[in-house]
Amino acid sequence: MSVWDRMFGFENYGELLGLLHNSIFAGALLGLIGGLIGVFVVMRDLTFAVHGVSELSFAGAAFALLVGINVVVGSILGSLTAALLIGVLGVRARERSSFIGVLMPFGLGLGVLFLALYTGRAANKFGLLTGQIVAVNDPQLIWMLCVSAIVLAALAVMWRPLMFATVDPEIAAARGVPVRALAPMFMIVLGLTVAMAVQIVGALLVLALLVTPAAAAMRVTASALWVPVLSVMFGVVSVVGGILLALGGSLPISPYVTTISFFIYVLCRVTGTRRLRRGWSQRVAPSDPATPTDRREPAAV
Amino acid sequence: MTPPTAMDATSADTTPDAAPRLGPGTSAALPSALVTGVGASGHPGGPVVSTRDASLSFGERVLWSGLNLDIAPGQFVAILGSNGSGKTSLIRVLLGEQPLSSGRAWIAGEPVQRGSTKVGYVPQKVSIDEGTMIKARDLVRMGMDGHRWGMPIGFARSRRAIRRTTDTLLASVGAAGLGDAPVSMLSGGELQRVRVAAALASNPSILLTDEPLAALDLRHQQEVAALLDRRRREHGTAVLFVTHDINAVLGYVDQVLYLAAGRFRLGPPQDVLTSRGLTELYGAPVDVIHARGRIIVVASSDPGAGVHLSDDDHGATDPPMSTTRRFRQ
Repeated sequence: MSVWDRMFGFENYGELLGLLHNSIFAGALLGLIGGLIGVFVVMRDLTFAVHGVSELSFAGAAFALLVGINVVVGSILGSLTAALLIGVLGVRARERSSFIGVLMPFGLGLGVLFLALYTGRAANKFGLLTGQIVAVNDPQLIWMLCVSAIVLAALAVMWRPLMFATVDPEIAAARGVPVRALAPMFMIVLGLTVAMAVQIVGALLVLALLVTPAAAAMRVTASALWVPVLSVMFGVVSVVGGILLALGGSLPISPYVTTISFFIYVLCRVTGTRRLRRGWSQRVAPSDPATPTDRREPAAV
Repeated sequence: MTPPTAMDATSADTTPDAAPRLGPGTSAALPSALVTGVGASGHPGGPVVSTRDASLSFGERVLWSGLNLDIAPGQFVAILGSNGSGKTSLIRVLLGEQPLSSGRAWIAGEPVQRGSTKVGYVPQKVSIDEGTMIKARDLVRMGMDGHRWGMPIGFARSRRAIRRTTDTLLASVGAAGLGDAPVSMLSGGELQRVRVAAALASNPSILLTDEPLAALDLRHQQEVAALLDRRRREHGTAVLFVTHDINAVLGYVDQVLYLAAGRFRLGPPQDVLTSRGLTELYGAPVDVIHARGRIIVVASSDPGAGVHLSDDDHGATDPPMSTTRRFRQ
């Protein structure tokens, strides 16, 4: 079998598609909530935290595999523990980074230990780190649906104050936004999302879904509407596209997902740079506060 | 009983006494008058900020005590004093973020509370994290409804109405063309104007500003100061302006609240910023020098220590504590 055949194969594609509709559906769901939560991950500078949480999520999943309980439950427990620890112990950015640096290898080490002790199918082990498409069975899908519903509901409720607290914590606090309480609440939601992502793309590649789409969207727009919309679109295209490409081959799903999301980012970066060069933030000439401006320029593109 | 008016505050402190103006007897009667006289709907002529016997101390250290303020609509009040004299703490008290040690405080007739829409706030910190991709228009909108739960989604009419409001607010601070620019791409002066627009978005009775000019160059300082002045003249929004250097706003200031050594003086600038008054306040010789239309406050024994005649002189009205301490040794 040539390398190409191992990467892409479209024999019996329709049948495979029918078998893997669970994975595709889970993937689309993950693209949606990953894209939404990514907006806050990027704005709150939590990229490293996402990586730290995913390693502990991996440890939890590996433990679940070892003792034979639901892997999704295991990874949720692992990532919630990590998210809360990071939320409580790493309030300041600098503290947070070093604390995650301490936590991450510990989690990864635990995960490796549990996997080494596990005597079941080898594909299960590898899948936790790098993702797999056959992993999503019905009970897991139900778990993921519940988790997604919680995440979406939480985001819908706290979107506006969370955005305020993220952009301008000082003023948000003065306006009565519970800035301090929102931080751990967001970490819980983030932990749940990471636990889901680990099932699809694996612990090592979670960032491709929780950071890359939002980061790409923010290269091309600053609109409060288009940043989340584009981010979700990029996320869904990456995951579903990745799954569809990976279906026929015999390789893990993650390289497909990460490659698609990376190229979307590159495209957005190029577009954003061109937009900057053409003058993104066009404005009227230095306006004088003494003469109220009624000169309006057409909305910047 | 009638609520105290601003005239009390402006006229009462023309005497050089550094002691608090109102005795305990007078102050005891006033709060009830305020509470009954100024309803929740606000009192058109009543003070927008009042404090009675307000004091704040951290442990042994008294920042200020016996503070009785009445700020009328449209007043421009500068709060001066050394570092650590409690200027920012006073702002935090009025924002409801810092409880008073004793005494009471009202905003537009209501006891201070956190998150009041009657208060607009412009902080010292101008910059927003680089890479924060949000439009100036959306930052202004946060001032309108950013504290409410839910998604910021509006349809058709409400969407257009919000856009009109943010456009008007931006135009009122001379930033009409900036609505669609990402805030991370604005200059310091532009961003501070957008911040003022955001602070005005809830149509507050009072604007609390904590060194809003500190990060700006001289030209932008003048622009933002003129902007605040125009707002209070046209809309009657009182402005409380914490600053190190009164010179940037000297032409606009109605009253000066000078905090020092646990005490305060309140009154028009020409009455408060006198050598005699500040000497009493600090308990150490202080000279107030008028030079080329600027006011410079220096410790008398060591004039060189406080005098900087350069234009970006933020310490001009700030007698260096080190000099004052040197006296006591």
